[in-house]
Amino acid sequence: MHDPNFLQTLWFALIGVLWIGYFVLEGFDFGVGMLIRALGRDETDKRMIIHTIGPVWDGNEVWLLTAGGATFAAFPGWYASLFSGFYLALFLILAALIVRGVSFEFWGKEDSPRWRATWEWTAVVGSLLAALLWGVGWADIVHGVPMNAAHNVTASLWDLLHPYALLGGLTTLSLFLAHGAIFLSLRTRGEIVARARAVALGASVASVVLMGAFLLWTALDQNSGGVKVSQQVVAAGAAGLAAAVPLLLRRARDGWAFGLSAGAIALLFASLFVGLFPNALPASSAHANDLTLVAASSTHYTQTVMTVVAVIFVPIVLLYQGWTYWVFRHRLGRDDFEGTPTPIAVLSSLGREGASAAAHERPLPPPAEPPATA
Amino acid sequence: MDGVLPAPSFAPMNTLELARLQFGVTTVFHFIFVPMSIGLAAWVAYCQTRYHRSGDEVYLRMTRFWGKFMLLSIAIGVVTGIVQEFQFGMNWSQYSRYVGDIFGAPLAMEGLAAFFLESTFVGLWIFGWNRLSPRVHLATIWLTAFGTVLSAYFILAANSWMQHPVGYTINHVTHRAELKSIFAVLGNSTVLLAFPHTVFGALVTGGMLVLGISAFGLLRGRNTDVFSRSARTVLPLTLVAAIATGAFGHAQGTLMEKQQPMKMAAAEALYTTTKGASLSVFAVGPFERHPKRLNTDIRIPHLLSIIGTASWNGQVKGINQINAEEKAKYGPGDYVPIVGVTYWTFRLMAGAGVLLVLLALLGLLLMRRARLEQARWFQRAAIAGAALPVVANLTGWIFTEMGRQPWVVYGLLKTSQANSPLVGSGSLIITLLGYTLLYGVLLIVGGRLFLREIKHGPESEPVRDDSEEPGGKPGGAPREDLILAY
Ligand code: HDD
Ligand code: HEM
Ligand code: HEM
Repeated sequence: MHDPNFLQTLWFALIGVLWIGYFVLEGFDFGVGMLIRALGRDETDKRMIIHTIGPVWDGNEVWLLTAGGATFAAFPGWYASLFSGFYLALFLILAALIVRGVSFEFWGKEDSPRWRATWEWTAVVGSLLAALLWGVGWADIVHGVPMNAAHNVTASLWDLLHPYALLGGLTTLSLFLAHGAIFLSLRTRGEIVARARAVALGASVASVVLMGAFLLWTALDQNSGGVKVSQQVVAAGAAGLAAAVPLLLRRARDGWAFGLSAGAIALLFASLFVGLFPNALPASSAHANDLTLVAASSTHYTQTVMTVVAVIFVPIVLLYQGWTYWVFRHRLGRDDFEGTPTPIAVLSSLGREGASAAAHERPLPPPAEPPATA
Repeated sequence: MDGVLPAPSFAPMNTLELARLQFGVTTVFHFIFVPMSIGLAAWVAYCQTRYHRSGDEVYLRMTRFWGKFMLLSIAIGVVTGIVQEFQFGMNWSQYSRYVGDIFGAPLAMEGLAAFFLESTFVGLWIFGWNRLSPRVHLATIWLTAFGTVLSAYFILAANSWMQHPVGYTINHVTHRAELKSIFAVLGNSTVLLAFPHTVFGALVTGGMLVLGISAFGLLRGRNTDVFSRSARTVLPLTLVAAIATGAFGHAQGTLMEKQQPMKMAAAEALYTTTKGASLSVFAVGPFERHPKRLNTDIRIPHLLSIIGTASWNGQVKGINQINAEEKAKYGPGDYVPIVGVTYWTFRLMAGAGVLLVLLALLGLLLMRRARLEQARWFQRAAIAGAALPVVANLTGWIFTEMGRQPWVVYGLLKTSQANSPLVGSGSLIITLLGYTLLYGVLLIVGGRLFLREIKHGPESEPVRDDSEEPGGKPGGAPREDLILAY
């Protein structure tokens, strides 16, 4: 087999960047999703927690969709083998993503504790399952899966759940949990900050241990094609950053802790991608059946077209997504919500006789002013 | 969905049939909400623009009221879309390998250019009421609407390539189709018609939803300012969109006669080649290859020839002849789709299209006579009419996709060669049941929230607009800027 050419290498790297972007961004909203109930003492808290990711989680998820689309365009063989081969595992992830996505949307739309508790739990479980399964899946990819000569994966769902893969899953779970808790400590004010920081501390310590073990096992794992120095360097970097996170948290340097936690996630996946190269999906059954990037690749022409598109659109996307984070940079506090009627309160005040004022009858200063349009 | 597939025996479905059913169910479900999102996003952007221009707060209440429906629909469209993005690899791995070099490109472009746009800016729109200046905030809804339309273009370009493959060569070393010209794919004559047809159809869908809900409000005599303004504004727009949908649909029919003659013939249940072919309006019969007779068949003389060939006595090829030609060209096999399905889905879609034009015309007439708010019979008709575009959208896709069978890419790849070889029926049944269950819950909860918003109606008194003071709570008054959030 030939080595990948420049464009193939570039697209492999770009797909890596898309996945990393996805995990760094959606990583914290997985964490926040998992913590809705643990950190939210009452409805106002929970509303505040959901609001910290409200404006951005959907945009974060598009990193995943684009990683999928880019894989299809640049390495159709990879797209085909991977997603048909991980059929049921991917179904579980998709189901988890669907469930958590609508949870945020539905949570505040009905005024009953049972309703809210239902959608809190679905958000918690959906976030947790997705955070766990992404790690399992990527551990399986770098480890390799049983595959035939036509690059069709022959593994069942259970074959994907071996101890190494589960360790990978626990690693991402703990990393995302810590990442989300730090994010909350940065985006909120009031007493919730301390609670978030405490969770972040515990989770980040756990993530150091789990990630250390996972990376060590990866280094020893014969199936990933022997020891690569470059991979080990990146992995060491990931472990180093992760280890610094709890130290920073103890000094209440939340901003730095968040940056390093993002860095640890990024380098962890970077090390996996470096390890994978030049394969797209190794075959654990027989290395002759490895799916290489070259074999999985689309044509030079398609990759050129996609490069032009990426060069134009990636900077634009980064610009407006960055701007979104800037617009919503303010910390949220309980007082932001105590003065703000919930959509459901506004809704239930409608339709009653002469009662759209009911929304204003909440514990608030009297609405004295005239309609302030014009 | 089950019902339209013939059950040749009581044998369990094979993996191919299960894969098709599962893909069909999830895709059709996605497309229930997609046209609502596209149509409502454009409508909400329009309302907010009118508010921005005039300062008339009725438009603000309209923006906020219709915005809720848009957001619900987008939420369900988005989560079901995630599944779509991975389905081609999951269910159709051989397809993905064979055409991925071409088909993957528009899909990736859709992500980079459209999905990022719509999902980022819809977040800014929901949460940005008090944080952005009114102009920037207005821009966010337009960018969202633009994103939905852009995404439609890319996915329809991908789909049109399956209907009419262009800009490719077959590589006999790699055994796959490879891209020669992206411009040919993005400028495919098929997408140039399918795109306006689908987007105008989406505008009709949004428009009828607005009209139907407004009619319901008017019937109950509540919030007449918002509802009557909405109905009056949306009616002419819907009429134009409905006429445009039909016009582009007609053009598609003519193009299809050239590109996929079998689909056209199957749409008409026209078995034998005919000059001056009449158009069948209503037929029931065995829809067999050599039907002795169709039990009932009402036909309009010459109309099919006129539509298909633009001449009075033009020759329209029949199913039997096309099947013989395709056998000669592609080898032995059966190249006829399920005629009962194509015939009826096509009639349902086009029939709904005609009814929609009539309904909108009627409404406009009443409006000009200032009777719109009084004509209860029309209001009831408009409520029922809101379902018509949904029917047309779904039957339109089922016709387009099932009329192409046995091909998944017309003339290149058969559906039976496209599925994932090692995905077994167990997996397929699990996911089929799983998606059905999940989507069923989405439909019930989403529907319930939809109905509740309808029941409560819009705000009935002038709303405060705080957006003049970014970031602040003016005068300690309650902020309502999160009314569209959580
Ligand atoms: C004509 C329009 C159209 C068609 C035929 C399809 N979609 Fe769709 N899709 C949209 C129009 C759309 C949209 C209007 O852009 C949506 C619906 C609601 C929304 O927010 O975006 C969307 C959402 C949506 C999303 C989520 C995007 C996000 O998170 O913002 C994905 C990944 C897909 N779609 C993918 C697909 C695929 C792979 C399809 C092919 C089977 C497909 N869609 C058919
Ligand atoms: C733009 C993208 C697409 C849209 C919107 C779309 C839509 C649809 C719809 C509405 C149906 C009818 C459902 C049914 O008959 O049960 C359908 C059926 C189907 N589609 Fe597509 N489709 C798209 C792309 C594809 C692709 C890329 C493939 C395949 C590899 C595909 C393969 C099929 C198959 C096999 C069926 C089942 C046909 C049958 O049951 O007779 N479609 N699609
Ligand atoms: C007089 C009315 C109409 C005519 C003559 C017409 C014609 C057509 C034709 C010929 C196709 C198939 C294109 C192909 O397979 O290549 C089609 C598809 C479709 N139609 Fe219609 N149509 C009409 C009304 C409507 C209406 C009112 C809607 C929705 C509100 C609609 C929605 C669709 C959709 C979603 C598709 C599938 C996408 C596509 O191929 O463009 N149609 N229509």
